[in-house]
Amino acid sequence: MKKHLLAAAVMGLLASTAMAQANDTLAKIKSSGTITLGVRESSGALAYTLGDGKYVGFHTEMANQIARDLQKQLGLAKLDVKYQPVTSQNRIPLVTNGTVDLECGSTTNDTNRQKDVDFAMTTYMEEVRIATKANSGINGIKDLNGKSVATTTGTTSVQILRKNERAQGIDFREVMGKDHADSFLLLESGRADAFVMDGSILAGNISKSKNPNDFKIVGEVLSVEPIACMVRKNDTAFLKAVDTSIQRQVADGSLEKLYDKWFMQPIPPSNQKVGLPLSEATKNAWKNPNNKPKEAFNK
Amino acid sequence: MAWDWQVFCEDTLDRTVVQGCFGKGGDITYMDWMLSAWGWTVSVSLLALVLALIVGGIIGVLRTLPDSPWLVRFGNAWVELFRNIPLLVQIFLWYHVVPALVPAMKSVPGFVLVVLALGFFTSARIAEQVRSGLQSLPRGQRYAGMAVGFTTWQTYRYVLLPMGLRIIIPPLTSETMNIFKNSSVAFAVSVTELTMFAMQAQEETGRGIEVYLAVTGLYVVSAFTINRLMAWIEKRARVPGMISASSAGGH
Repeated sequence: MKKHLLAAAVMGLLASTAMAQANDTLAKIKSSGTITLGVRESSGALAYTLGDGKYVGFHTEMANQIARDLQKQLGLAKLDVKYQPVTSQNRIPLVTNGTVDLECGSTTNDTNRQKDVDFAMTTYMEEVRIATKANSGINGIKDLNGKSVATTTGTTSVQILRKNERAQGIDFREVMGKDHADSFLLLESGRADAFVMDGSILAGNISKSKNPNDFKIVGEVLSVEPIACMVRKNDTAFLKAVDTSIQRQVADGSLEKLYDKWFMQPIPPSNQKVGLPLSEATKNAWKNPNNKPKEAFNK
Repeated sequence: MAWDWQVFCEDTLDRTVVQGCFGKGGDITYMDWMLSAWGWTVSVSLLALVLALIVGGIIGVLRTLPDSPWLVRFGNAWVELFRNIPLLVQIFLWYHVVPALVPAMKSVPGFVLVVLALGFFTSARIAEQVRSGLQSLPRGQRYAGMAVGFTTWQTYRYVLLPMGLRIIIPPLTSETMNIFKNSSVAFAVSVTELTMFAMQAQEETGRGIEVYLAVTGLYVVSAFTINRLMAWIEKRARVPGMISASSAGGH
């Protein structure tokens, strides 16, 4: 989840010029008959592309259902859903400047971002875990003493590692990959004994590796991050409509079905299973709907 | 927008502002971290530069030797090999592929591999400059050396190299500055240098603009220091009436 500031700064300039726009997304959707969804191209099973303008994944499909609920609520005969791929760098400016109405991907709800956008209810709890070789004998953070641990530059996992390192008095060597694929290669090639990262990223990389059985995800949850959909700030009517739809999906079990579809069943394009069972933390978030930032979870 | 330069005085664990900007007793502020990252950048660059100058000089000379076709071919092959592969790819080759082929390389730290990769990559470019510098000398210079009974080594040592190397100081200056800028690829193999610091610190603090500006400043300072050093060497090495005397028009 890196964001490059240069791009953000440029987009920020664009954003400020488009700020004049009225802050009533429901009215905008009604009058134009279209909604623009911000989608991700490679956020694992949460949201990704199959190429050719097709966007799929747990959160992408959930956003589609939200759009259908909005259509019903607004009484529209037809609602065009447009996809706008966004990146970690441009997602917030594109929401604030009105290009994207609803962004559902892999955005962590944190207090920094809450200054710029509003978050819908948390629909997925990302857990930071440890992946290691199945035969490594590592079963938790304590076993990392004296080992080398890979993680990805520009992610919050680095901070989590650092905190654990100092709090628990363990001593390990950090090796940093420049992206997730790189970090996984460090683990695969033996340059690192463990890879600490978001559980879904670990599971996704393992499922796509040559021998998925050689790896396992072990140990305690090092940190949790609430992942939620983003909307423009101070548009309470629209935020409420999105939340209502999410609650409907939780209540009638369709969200759980979606989860099963994307995380437990084989998914395209390679028909591999991610194999990440619904976590207690995510279940909890569904049971007690909230839009608390990550700071409220990791104290 | 509002600047927040305090960010560099924050502790990297709890993000409280530390008095005096430098952590005490094992605590690390972003300032400490950035200076250590700068140290890595400078170490990578200077070591790679030394390697590049030595190897580049040797290879460049090999390519101009009169009676050693195989050495010339070796030099040419070296240059083409290291010049035709992108630097980032070379880094990955050193880090991931070479250890797979030569198991002994597995225990070599990333830092050394980056110095090798950056040094050899730049050596190819320096070799090319050394060659062109030597070949731009009038043919008569070599003959003069032979005429007074110099061996090939002596001809190079006393006639060709002192002239040829002076000619190429300006392009060499660019190359030495490039090494500092190219050293940013080291982050790809987990050397904690400035670029990695920038990416990581901006994610943690959310003050990317300040972080990138500071890092940019350090790169500029490093490269410009080398630039001034080379300018000084250029001035000291100048021979009146020869090329570096610029406008006077030499050979």
